[in-house]
Amino acid sequence: MSEHHSSGSGARVGMWLFISTEILLFGGLFLLYSMYRLKNPAEFHTGSMELSRFFGTLNTCILITSSLTVALSIHSILQSKKRQTIGFLIATIGLAFGFLIVKAFEWTEKFHHGLYPNAKVLSTKAHGEILYFGLYYMMTGLHAVHVIVGICVLSVMLVWVIRNKLTGNNPVYLQNAGLYWHLVDLIWIFLFPLFYLIT
Amino acid sequence: MELKNEKNSEHHAAKEPSAKSYVFIWVLLMIFTALTVTTAGLNLGGIAIIVCLAIAAFKSTLVLLYFMHLRYEEKLVIKLIMPIAIVALAIFIGLTYSDVIFR
Repeated sequence: MSEHHSSGSGARVGMWLFISTEILLFGGLFLLYSMYRLKNPAEFHTGSMELSRFFGTLNTCILITSSLTVALSIHSILQSKKRQTIGFLIATIGLAFGFLIVKAFEWTEKFHHGLYPNAKVLSTKAHGEILYFGLYYMMTGLHAVHVIVGICVLSVMLVWVIRNKLTGNNPVYLQNAGLYWHLVDLIWIFLFPLFYLIT
Repeated sequence: MELKNEKNSEHHAAKEPSAKSYVFIWVLLMIFTALTVTTAGLNLGGIAIIVCLAIAAFKSTLVLLYFMHLRYEEKLVIKLIMPIAIVALAIFIGLTYSDVIFR
């Protein structure tokens, strides 16, 4: 911990640059959402009333908790506590799957109500509402893709820790994987109020 | 923001926060999630959006500073990347809004 991770800081700069591009990617989508909301306030209101605040809140709690567990897994590997690291990583991956399962329930419910892109029921609704659900599926879908990528990255980390390829001597891989996972949480922190809370 | 035990220790030793402080940040994040859900149910009208976004901004600051370690980062380059991205995004948003509103 006290020695300089000279190679680690370069990897961190790269990771933060990547994170900044992700912020701009989602930032552009947030801008698009806010512009359409400005133009179609009534339709966005009826659209957001269709979303389940319960599912949204549940997923927020799941992601925040998974952010904690990934931070604790990094904390453990820095102290060379292998079993703790593995435990926290498994918890994080489990919570990530939990997020996707809740999301699947939520989307299935929307599909049953005929609220999905190009659905007959949805196409009879106002133009602004079609836009709202288009943005909803696009933005939460892109976020869900990030969750799936996060599960893959964290699973690789888990295997590496088990095989002693990743230890307290080279924690930068796990630290960067953790940064990515926190980014997924960060994006959801804004998606949640924009879609589920503001009506 | 109120992690006094880390703030007061002047040494560079506090590079990695304790497990307890992570749990403390998690508790804060959960409290503010509960807060934003309750205020959304209150029908605050126009300021509801501002309250929601302010809480989201505060929560994301907590994640960036403590979970993502920006508070403990020693490399200036890394400290600067996020503010630059946020300022760039603010310029995009500001210019787009001024175009749409004053057109």
